[in-house]
Amino acid sequence: MAHEVMTRVPASAPAGAGARSPRRRKPGNWAAWAFLAPVVIYLLAFYAYPLYRNLDLSLRHYTVRSFVQGDAPFSGLDNYRDVFADRAFGPALLHTLTFTFVSIAFQFAIGLALAVFFAQNFKLSATLRALFLVPWLLPLIVSASTWSWMLNSDSGIVNHALGLVGVDPVNWLTSPDWALTSVIIANIWIGIPFNLVVLYSGLQAIPAEVHEAAAIDGATNWQRFWQVTFPLLRPVSAITLLLGLVYTLKVFDLIWIMTKGGPADASTTFATWSYRLGFGNLLPQFGPGAAVGNLLILMALFFGLLYIRFQKRLNP
Amino acid sequence: MTKQHAKGGLALIFTAIMLFPVYWMINVSFTKDTNMRSDPPHLFPFDGTLEGYRAVVDQQMPYLGTSLFIGLGTVLLTLAISAPAGYALAKLRPKGGGTLSFVLLIAQMIPGIIMAMGFYAIYLRLGVLNTIPGLILADSTIAVPFGVLIFTAFMSGIPDELINAALIDGASKWRTFLSVILPLSRNAIVTVSLFAFLWAWSDFVFATTLDGGGDAQPITLGIYQYIGNNNQQWNAIMATAVVASIPATLLLILAQRYVAAGVTAGAVKD
Repeated sequence: MAHEVMTRVPASAPAGAGARSPRRRKPGNWAAWAFLAPVVIYLLAFYAYPLYRNLDLSLRHYTVRSFVQGDAPFSGLDNYRDVFADRAFGPALLHTLTFTFVSIAFQFAIGLALAVFFAQNFKLSATLRALFLVPWLLPLIVSASTWSWMLNSDSGIVNHALGLVGVDPVNWLTSPDWALTSVIIANIWIGIPFNLVVLYSGLQAIPAEVHEAAAIDGATNWQRFWQVTFPLLRPVSAITLLLGLVYTLKVFDLIWIMTKGGPADASTTFATWSYRLGFGNLLPQFGPGAAVGNLLILMALFFGLLYIRFQKRLNP
Repeated sequence: MTKQHAKGGLALIFTAIMLFPVYWMINVSFTKDTNMRSDPPHLFPFDGTLEGYRAVVDQQMPYLGTSLFIGLGTVLLTLAISAPAGYALAKLRPKGGGTLSFVLLIAQMIPGIIMAMGFYAIYLRLGVLNTIPGLILADSTIAVPFGVLIFTAFMSGIPDELINAALIDGASKWRTFLSVILPLSRNAIVTVSLFAFLWAWSDFVFATTLDGGGDAQPITLGIYQYIGNNNQQWNAIMATAVVASIPATLLLILAQRYVAAGVTAGAVKD
């Protein structure tokens, strides 16, 4: 029951205000904003202000001393220029995009396949689907450290399993060629449950008659999926993918815990780069760190706004 | 019937593959130090040890306590801010409410690492770095937009007649909110609390940036320092990881339907 109520989309809720008469609106407005006051103050103090501070950081030349005293000189876009000119910029951008898109592609494909599979209601379906949520609910530090040990070069279970089929051990986390692949594998594992659950509820929303009609027309399972299910699932798929993009772009914990962005920056993304600039060195570079962070916000907002547009079109 | 069994069997295999890392974490947590690097690896924890868990009891209890406290604090703060907001957006529908919902959706998308940097600059000036209230406040930013979203969605499902009846009886809007709306919103309260707790419990970004030098640190930092310091004691690291996973597991067992509701909220429409 909770489920049906929850999945109604809130962005459209205030739009339904037409039912109220305009005369009753005035006093209602005051009371409403009294209820909203905490969240508005909260947003200003703990979202807008930190973001403003971050923007300010990115436009000034900070040293540790001026960071504490707050008298750093304004330096315009110098930090951004430095970041763009940095040798790490190209690789970090490439890694961010690779990490995001490869993760999403696999999470979505595997999640969709599993959703279709679990949608054929068999006995254990509900229980096993619930178990699939475990990786998504575990604290990231738990998943990251477990994968680190599984991918250990000498004693990891993954290399042992590869050895059984005659593959030489791979230096998953310590070789620049494999570090990015390793964090992508772990991230795919974490993201499958989200895709599975959302796509599964999307499948449930497709009326059973559609499938029956296609079956009567003699369509095979394969045809039915590509010609009936998949097109009907397109809006939900778009939303799953866009939300996935927003969430994957900002992944930091997993990469930092598994590889710290290394070795030799081989798995550095914007998120880990920004953190390393601001917090990872003895001499923090808050300005460039904030600049990288703001670039990351721009990327996230781009996909975020696309998501909201889609969401709106789906629930006018 | 046999086809049903085949599907069930296949599903079991998929689930086993998916959950293998979780099994491996548990297995390693019971493995003796001397067997840790043996070849072939010990696939089952026979001839196991409780050394890892002893290390958790000896060393990690304060971290777990801190995390529990931070989690509960985050839940209270999140509920206090998001429930009234949800009521206003769902039922009082003020001018500008749509814009506020939009801002909340956007707020959810801002990467935590960037929030952390802004918080760091502010906390340093205010002197609340490495304090528990500071961390609770930062952790709640993960959950508040989600909370408002859930409460708004849920409360718009409450019939207007119930609210009007209370208003006619002379109850104020605040009274109505407390004694009519909140009791009816139990499901939403549970969902929001679960996720707020889980996110605060799992938080690493804010913990490492804002509480890295604190006296009271959460369990995520406990594990992180373990990995950094004694690389060899993987049974202790994995035992801590197992204990740190308990809240997530409990939630899944006790409140499965709320969890699924939270995952799909905002993503799908029936």
